[in-house]
Order: sequence, then structure tokens, then C-alpha cells
Amino acid sequence: MDKKAISKDRMIYLRKQKINKIAILTVQILIVIGFIALWEILANLGIIDSFIASQPSRIVKTFMNLSENDLLTHVGITCFETIIGFGLGALLGVLIAIILWWSNFLSKVADPFLVVLNSLPKIALGPVIIIWVGAGMGAIIVMALAISLIVTVLEILNGFLNTDKELLKMAKTFNANKMQVLTKIVIPANISTFINSLKVNIGLSLVGVISGEFLVSKAGLGYLIVYGGQVFQLDLVMTSVIILSIVAAIMYQGVVILGKIVQK
Amino acid sequence: MEDILTIQKVTKTYQAKNGELEAIRDVSFSVKKGEFISIIGPSGCGKSTLLSIIAGLEEKTAGDIWIEEEPIQGISEKIGYMLQKDSLLEWRTIYDNVLFGLEIRGKKNKKSKAYVDTLLKKYHLYEFKDKLPSQLSGGMRQRVALIRTLAVKPKILLLDEAFSALDYQTRLMVTKDVYDILKNENMTTLMVTHDISEAISMADKVVVLSNRPTTVKKIYDIDFEMEKRDPLNCRKSHKFSQYFDCLWKELDVHG
Ligand SMILES: Nc1ncnc2c1ncn2[C@@H]1O[C@H](COP(=O)(O)OP(=O)(O)OP(=O)(O)O)[C@@H](O)[C@H]1O
Ligand SMILES: [Mg+2]
Repeated sequence: MDKKAISKDRMIYLRKQKINKIAILTVQILIVIGFIALWEILANLGIIDSFIASQPSRIVKTFMNLSENDLLTHVGITCFETIIGFGLGALLGVLIAIILWWSNFLSKVADPFLVVLNSLPKIALGPVIIIWVGAGMGAIIVMALAISLIVTVLEILNGFLNTDKELLKMAKTFNANKMQVLTKIVIPANISTFINSLKVNIGLSLVGVISGEFLVSKAGLGYLIVYGGQVFQLDLVMTSVIILSIVAAIMYQGVVILGKIVQK
Repeated sequence: MEDILTIQKVTKTYQAKNGELEAIRDVSFSVKKGEFISIIGPSGCGKSTLLSIIAGLEEKTAGDIWIEEEPIQGISEKIGYMLQKDSLLEWRTIYDNVLFGLEIRGKKNKKSKAYVDTLLKKYHLYEFKDKLPSQLSGGMRQRVALIRTLAVKPKILLLDEAFSALDYQTRLMVTKDVYDILKNENMTTLMVTHDISEAISMADKVVVLSNRPTTVKKIYDIDFEMEKRDPLNCRKSHKFSQYFDCLWKELDVHG
């Protein structure tokens, strides 16, 4: 736009907005720095016991010695399991939702079962899953799937069933068959439902994977956390938790970016 | 001119959980090629039901409907149906929206696309063909929806409150645009509307329906003795207010 076209009031307004944004960001950064500094100082002064509360400098040290604890391998394993569980959950979720949308009868039959399964805390199934699938990566992926699948099915089916009736009627006036209605109206109309459910799903898959790793206890960040706790190596626990939150944030952003690409 | 559409003793009884509901009873009238028929009636009397039956979306309980002497069965390719909402698909460009019907019927080819191009050019939408529906005004969207319906070359067009979602000014303008398009294409049209003025301004005949169970109460011939009808200008004619008064009385809440 032409620079002259911007009025003075507009400039003042824009500047105010910018200052406000910077102020918020500054305070946020200060809070993080303050928290870390306080933690470090209190630990150094011996007011909090760094043996059970760890300490930022020791976390950094653990972080630097990546190879000592095979940290990278564990991160890799957790990521792999999460992505597989997440992908399977999305794929199966959509597939089941499509089947249930297709058959009104089936969806009515399935309804109470879905509701019960949805409210069941899936972690309770952990021991059963391990016995059935075996204590390994398989069980962990099944765990992630168990946690995310039902929510995905319910959410996507709900989106499908709430597709604008007028659009469906319009398609019917051209004598569209069910397959055409599905591929040309229902699915494209629900892209945003789908992306939203992926956003929820990535978090749920991580919950599934970490709790699976707790139970199976062989590898991954979840295993490291449990192991660190058992041998009282709180530095390792804290480091793992921090890495985990970074992994979670990156994966979430990945989904957000994917959503932006798809919705363009 | 011969009749293109004949409706004879059409009856519709809905089956619902709380019993039967006789929506229409023994409705009969016929329509000539190129005619514009407006249908008015009290709200909830069964106007939409009647159009849905003609379109084949709804089954009739009794009676017969012929198009060009053939009884209709199910959804007929000879019928174009335009609803109140434009129902454009927001994720498709205007061009792909207009092609939707052809695509569904498996008739998207060079010839039909060329026809769509002519329609878009003729009605000043060609330059917007790569835009998304959200970038168009309500009036333009409605015209796009009309061209989507015309693209499949129906013999008869059904309009159900097609303009009632638009604001008054846009509505007057779109009414004129649509009228010109339809007369240009010599389209036979049945339009359901709540708006008596709109009904008169476009119609060759106005069919007045009664309360439920709906029957045909009266059919008015509308003629402004103008050389070329203009749905805006004819509103100024003294005949317009006469027709309006008649229809208003006919629609009397107690009738
Ligand atoms: N699928 C259906 N099942 C049962 N009853 C129905 C169904 N569709 C419509 N009806 C009833 O049939 C009657 C006529 O409905 P219809 O929609 O045809 O009326 P209308 O004249 O178009 O109404 P409006 O003026 O509100 O557009 C109404 O009483 C309605 O409740
Ligand atoms: Mg209606």
C-alpha cells in the first residue's frame, strides 16, 4: 500500500498494537527467565534440595551429555511410536467414521458402545493390552491408538452428520449418489473438523505413548522418566520432561502447519 | 402451445411418528412451454412439498405428473431445482461450482463446458470464474447458483423461495436479472414465493393454493400488456395493484 495513504491516527493505532505485543512477549520471557534463575539460586543456596528437585544447571549438563543416557535414541523411539499411533488413529478413525456415516443402521447400533468406550479411562486397559500384544512397541502403539481412536471417530462422525442439509439437498437435486455426496460434499465440508481432531489427537497419542512406555518400561522418554524416578536421578527425569514438552510442541505445530497447507 | 408439464390430482400424505399429515390433496394444473408460473399460498401449506414431488425428491401418494407427455419417475434430468440458499460449495471456485451438476451427472465434457462458458459470459460472471464464492455478493452468488442449475439444460426450472435470503434491494435486482435470463433461455419456470409482489412481477400465471390439505384455489392470468415485461417497471402499472389486491384477498388468513 502507498505509505502516504496511511493516516496519522492509523499509525498511532498500529504502533500501540505493536508495543502491546512486545510488552506481552517481554513479560512472558521474563517469567521463564525469572523462574529458572530463582530455581538455580534457591538450589545453590541449599533452600531447595537439588537432589530431589534437580536444578537448571544440572539439567543442562544432562542435556549436553546426550550420548551418556542414549537420550537421542529414546527421543527417536517416542517420536516414532507417537507418529505411528497418531497416523493409525487418524486413518482408522476416518475410515470407521465413514462406515458409520454410510450406514445409518450401523451408527445407531454402535452409538451406546461408542459412548461407553469413550468415557472409559483407556489406561486401565494397559495391562490387558500388554498381555495380548506383548510387552513391546506394539503394545505402546495400541495404547496410543486406544486413547485417540474413539474420540476421533466420534468427532469426525459428528462433523459428517452435521454437514449442511441444504448442500446435501442441492446435491440430491442433481441426483448425486451416496459416494458422490461423500467425496464431493461431506468430506470437503469437514476438512476443518478433521484438522481440529488431528490437533487433539496428537496430544492424546503422546499421552498414550508415554503411559505405554511407563508400563512396558523398555525404551522411550516415558521409560527414562520412570527409570530416572526409580534410581532417584531427578536430573534425568526433568530433562526428559522438558524434551517431551518440546517434542509435543513441535508435533502440534506440525499439525497446525499441515492444516494450513490443506485448507489453502 | 402444448403443455410441457401436467400435474393431475396429485396428493401427498406424510407418515410421521405422531400420525398422518395430509399436505396436498388433488392438486391439478398444467404449464405451457416458456411460461413463468408463480405459486403462492399460506405458510406451511405444502408449496415446497409440491415442488419436491415434481423434482422427484419426494414421492407422491397419488396422482400423476407428466413432463412432455412422459410420466416422471424419481429424479428427472428434465428438472432443475433451485433452493432458497445458494448452496455454493465454499471450497470450489465459481467455475467448479457451476460445473458441479454436470460433474455429478457425468456430463462434464468439452461441449458442456463450452455451454457453461457461454452462460457465464452472457450473464457477466465469466471474469469471476476463478474467484471463491465468499468473494461474491449475495446477488451474484444466487446468479451463480442459477447458472449451475441451467448448465445441466433442464426443461423445467423450479425455484423455491430462491430470493428470500437476499436483502430487499439485491432481491429486486436479482429478480430482474433472473427473469431476463430465464426469458432469454425460454425456460419454463415454477416459482414458489411468499412475496405477492414478486409473484406478480414475474409471472404469466399465479397459482393460489389453499390451507392444508392444499388444493388449487384459483389460477390468475397476469398480463400487463407490455411489449417486453420488466419485473421492476411493471410494479408501477395500475394493473399491478389490482392484481395485488385480488391475490391479497385470495390469500386471506381464514381462507
Ligand atoms: N418430511 C416430512 N414429514 C412430515 N411432515 C412434513 C415433512 N415435510 C413437510 N411436512 C409438513 O408438511 C406441511 C407442508 O410443508 P411444506 O414445507 O411443503 O410447506 P410450505 O408451504 O413450503 O411451507 P413454507 O411456507 O414454510 O415454506 C407442513 O405442515 C410440514 O410440517
Ligand atoms: Mg417451503
